[in-house]
Amino acid sequence: MLLALSAAAIVVFALFWEILYPRIDHAVERRRLRRERAAIEGYDPGRERRAEQRARQLLRSCVDEEEWAMYRDLGFVRVWGRLAGGADAGAAPADTGASYAYLVYPHKPIVAYLPQTGRLLAEYCVAFPDETRPYGSARLPDSDDVLAKWMALTGDERRIVDTANMHLPGRQVDPKAVRRDLWRLGEWERTRLQRARRSSGGVATP
Amino acid sequence: MKPGHGEVLLAEGDIDVAEDEELLVAEFRAQLDAGMWAAVPTLGRGGRREARMVKDFSEVPRDAERIIFFPHAAGGAE
Repeated sequence: MLLALSAAAIVVFALFWEILYPRIDHAVERRRLRRERAAIEGYDPGRERRAEQRARQLLRSCVDEEEWAMYRDLGFVRVWGRLAGGADAGAAPADTGASYAYLVYPHKPIVAYLPQTGRLLAEYCVAFPDETRPYGSARLPDSDDVLAKWMALTGDERRIVDTANMHLPGRQVDPKAVRRDLWRLGEWERTRLQRARRSSGGVATP
Repeated sequence: MKPGHGEVLLAEGDIDVAEDEELLVAEFRAQLDAGMWAAVPTLGRGGRREARMVKDFSEVPRDAERIIFFPHAAGGAE
């Protein structure tokens, strides 16, 4: 009799557990989320967006009009390399024949490539962590990350290349995506050139 | 540049005014001591914009409008 009752109790408990477990799990999860929410009280969800807006303005005020338009339209900036002896500092690459260039993406490795052939050379993994972390996030806004890379490349290319972890292409950035971006860049430049020719020829642009 | 904040104005002043210059130098040193890199946006010889990295206040061109501080670079994801 006792054995039968015990067995029945175990079965009933198991059935109840099946029913109650998801509810208990849900309640525990809700309690955890409530605690997390309390921990980040005062967090302003619009802050990151406003930071990015400010960062875009700062980027725009520092880079060339062409580079800004490139970033705005394509989401990355091309920076000409100067270490190969081809490009003179500050000179236009068309005048000096820069033999390589970089694609600068926000929060992705810098990709070095050959503009003549589109061959990818290397990925330079670099970050700009703020070790003081006064605002609870170690990540710069996207446009600030691009600007930091741009300043480091145009200001002291050797230093940033030496600091970065260099890898073969494909380690973090999909080579297919980069080749597509290079194609997009080519199309974008062609369109800009045509537009410039039309406007200089006195034909109104649409 | 500050994570989560973007651009933050640290100090401003006229370099030709001694008090302002002291303030600017002090802020410059404080930022570099905190491990930041400093860059001055300039115009290159070919007319293209570029940055000039500076490690000492004396390297900052007198006519520079601003110095941008950003966290120093570190090797990214291995």
